[in-house]
Amino acid sequence: MRFSINPEMATQEVQPNETLTNLKAESDTLKTKLEDERAKLHDVELHQVAEKVDGLGQFIMKTRRTLKGHGNKVLCMDWCKDKRRIVSSSQDGKVIVWDAFTTNKEHAVTMPCTWVMACAYAPSGCAVACGGLDNKCSVYPLSLDKNENLAAKKKSVAMHTNYLSACSFTNSDMQILTSSGDGTCALWDVESGQLLQSFHGHAADVLCLDLAPSETGNTFVSGGCDKKANVWDMRSGQCIQSFETHESDINSVRYYPSGDAFASGSDDATCRLYDLRADREVAIYSKESIIFGASSVDFSLSGRLLFGGYNDYTINVWDVLKGTRVSILFGHENRVSTLRLSPDGTAFCSGSWDHTLRIWA
Amino acid sequence: MAQTNSVGQGSNGVADESPNMIVYRKMEDVIARMQDEKNGIPIRTVKSFLSKIPSVFSGSDIVQWMIKNLNIEDQVEALHLGTLMAAHGYFFPISDHVLTLKDDGTFYRFQTPYFWPSNCWEPENTDYAVYLCKRTMQNKARLELADYEAESLARLQRAFARKWEFIFMQAEAQAKVDKKRDKIERKILDSQERAFWDVHRPVPGCVNTTEVDIKKSSRMKNPHKTRKSVYGPQNDVRTHSPTHTPAPEAKPATEEELQDQITYWGGQLDRHRLKMSKVAESLLAYTELYVEYDPFITPTDPSNPWITDDTTVWELEASKEPGQQRVKRWAFGINEVLKDQVGREQFLKFLESEFSSENLRFWLAVQEVKKRPIREVPTRVQEIWQEFLASGAPSAINVDSKSYDKTTQNVKDPGRYAFEDAQDHIFKLMKSDSYSRFIRSSAYQELLQAKKKPHTFHSR
Repeated sequence: MRFSINPEMATQEVQPNETLTNLKAESDTLKTKLEDERAKLHDVELHQVAEKVDGLGQFIMKTRRTLKGHGNKVLCMDWCKDKRRIVSSSQDGKVIVWDAFTTNKEHAVTMPCTWVMACAYAPSGCAVACGGLDNKCSVYPLSLDKNENLAAKKKSVAMHTNYLSACSFTNSDMQILTSSGDGTCALWDVESGQLLQSFHGHAADVLCLDLAPSETGNTFVSGGCDKKANVWDMRSGQCIQSFETHESDINSVRYYPSGDAFASGSDDATCRLYDLRADREVAIYSKESIIFGASSVDFSLSGRLLFGGYNDYTINVWDVLKGTRVSILFGHENRVSTLRLSPDGTAFCSGSWDHTLRIWA
Repeated sequence: MAQTNSVGQGSNGVADESPNMIVYRKMEDVIARMQDEKNGIPIRTVKSFLSKIPSVFSGSDIVQWMIKNLNIEDQVEALHLGTLMAAHGYFFPISDHVLTLKDDGTFYRFQTPYFWPSNCWEPENTDYAVYLCKRTMQNKARLELADYEAESLARLQRAFARKWEFIFMQAEAQAKVDKKRDKIERKILDSQERAFWDVHRPVPGCVNTTEVDIKKSSRMKNPHKTRKSVYGPQNDVRTHSPTHTPAPEAKPATEEELQDQITYWGGQLDRHRLKMSKVAESLLAYTELYVEYDPFITPTDPSNPWITDDTTVWELEASKEPGQQRVKRWAFGINEVLKDQVGREQFLKFLESEFSSENLRFWLAVQEVKKRPIREVPTRVQEIWQEFLASGAPSAINVDSKSYDKTTQNVKDPGRYAFEDAQDHIFKLMKSDSYSRFIRSSAYQELLQAKKKPHTFHSR
C-alpha cells in the first residue's frame, strides 16, 4: 500500500461532516413534522364540503374579439384599469397597446430584443413596462401624440442576470415587482431604478408572480422551475410560506380574489389551489385527457371559476369549489401562453403562439 | 444563475431533457396502450385495387378508442387530442402531409419509435435536401413532391449549390438501398419517413410542434442530446445548443444554509393553521357573497359590453353616482370601501361630518407615501409625522405607546414603512369603530336605498 493515513487528518475530517449530517437530519425531521402537522388538520376535502353548493349551469363563452397584429408568438398581456385597453408583447420584440373593445392598435414599441416575455400596464394607464431576453424591465410612458417615438422615452428600471419572466406594478406607477430566470424576484423604484428589496429562496428560474389583492397587505406569491410556490413579505424580503406539491415547473400563479388562497398552473398538466390559512394544497384540477401543461391561470371575480390556458391550445374552465371542469374552449391554433381576467370581471383575454389575442365573455 | 436552495429542499430545477419531454412521455404512454395487442386499436392490411395497404387503422377507430379508454367525454375533445398527437407525429394519415385526425375512414399508421420527437431530433437542412432529392428520383405518382416541397427543394438547391453533388450522391445511394427493400416494407418506411419530415418541416400554415419555450430550453444542464443527422452515422450526435447556459453543480448545503433551513421549518411549525373544514366554509361563503357580482355567473345589468357592444355599464361606473349594487358591496368589509374610490370619498365625507376623519386621513396618507418615488419619501414622512403624530399635531391620532415609540424611532431614518405599526393599529381601530358606524349611518343607508339607476333602459 502506497498511501499513509494521517491520524490527525482523519479525526478532523470526521467532525464537520458529522455536524452537517446532524444538521441535515434535524432539518429533515422538522420538515416531516411540518407535513404531519399540516396533514392533521386535513379533516375534509373541499369538493366534499362543496357538494351542498348548486352546480353551475351551462356556459356560453365565446370569442368576442380577436386581436391580430403581432408577427409572432404572443407571450404576455395585461389589462389597463379602464377595463378595455390591454398591452401585449411578442417573440418578435413588439409591444402593442390596444383598445380591445374596438380592436384598434393605439401604440406600438419595438424592443431591441426578441422574446418579450413580460409586460404590464401601469395603474394610471399612462405607461407600460416590459422585458424579456434583455434581462431588463423597461418602462415606456404612453404618449397621446401618436407620432411621438415611444422608444425615445424608454426608462430602464430593473436589471437581472437572466431573462425577465414577469413584471407587475404595485399599487402605483412608481414601483415594479419583477421575477427572473436568475432565480430571484425584486422590487424596484421606477424613478431612480433603485433596487428596493430582493427576494431569494427559489432554487431555479422564477417564472411568475402575483401581488396579493389586499388594501393592507404587503405580500406576493411566486412560482418557479423548482416546483415551488413561495409567498413573500415585500417589506422584509422573507419567504413566509412555501408550497411544493407540483411535479414540474409552475408557469403561473394567481391569487383567489379574497387573498386567502392562490391557484397555480404547471407543466405537470394540473392546476392546484393552495390555501394560506390551511397552509396546504386544497384542490387539484386535472383530467386524464389533459396531458399538456397549463401555462396561465386566472379566477373569475367571485373565485368560483378558474380559467386555465394550456399548451394544447385550449382553455379549460374549472369549478373551483367542486373541482370539476365546466367548459373547454377551442379557438386558438397554437399554445395559449397568457390569460387574464379584465379588471371588472366582464371578460378575460388569452394570448397565444398563434400570434393572436382573444377576448372571451 | 439560479441560487442554490437556502430555504427548504427540493430539486434545483435542473433539467436534463427537452422541456417538452413530459408531454412526449405521456403521449407515448397513450401510444403504447393504443398498440396493445388485446386492448389497443386493431391494425390491419387493406386490399385496394391491385395492391395492399399495410398496417393501417381508421380515424374513427382512433376516436372510438380514445373515448372508451381515456375518459374523454365527447368526439370534439377526442379529435382535438388526437390531432395534437398526429401533429407531434405519433400517428399520421397515410395520404396527407397535413397531420390532423379525422373521424372517418381515413387511414392512419403508427410512427416508428426511431422517429419519435422524444429522440430530440433537430434534423438539418442538408438531410431535408437529401430526402427531397431522393423523392424526385422515385417514379411514383404518390411520391411526387407537393408544391411547397418543390419550392423548398429549389431553395435548398440554391443554398447548397456547392455541396449539391454530394447531396445528390447521398440521395442516389439511399434510393438504391430503398429499391432493394420488400415492397410492403418500403411503403411503410416511406410513409413514416414522410411523416417525420411533416413534423420537422411542416406544411406552410401548420403548427411546428417541435418549437420550445425559450425560458425552458435555456436551462438545460447538459448540452442537448439532440440528434441532427437522420441519414448519417447512427450514433447520437451531441452538440451545444446556442441557448445553452451551464447550470452550477448542485452544491451540498453548507452549515449556514442548514441552520437557516432549521430556523425556517421551526418558524413554519409555529404557524397557526386552520382546519380544512373551516377553510372550505370560508371559501364557499366568499364565493356565495360575490357570485352576484361575477359577470360570468350572473349576467350584468345593463348588459356586458363585450357581448352587446353597449358600454352603458362602464359609463355608469365612471359616474360619481354609485349604483345600489355597488353601495351594497361596501358593507361586505372595510376593504371594499377602501378599494372603491367613491366608497373612500363617501367614508371620508361621513367621518368629516363627525369631525373624526383623522384616522382615515392618516391611513390614506401612509398608503400614498408607499406609492411615491423613494426620493420623495423622507419629506413625506416628516409631513405625515407633523400632521398626525408630533406633539401638537393638527390631526392628532391615537396610537398605542409601543407603536408610537417604534414610529418615533423609524421617523429618524425614514423609509417607506416608517408608519407600518401605527398604520396597522389605526386600521384595526377603523375596522371596528369608524367603519361600523359608517355602515350603520343614515348617510350610507340613504345611498343604499335612495339611488335609483339613472337609466331605465334594459338590454340583455
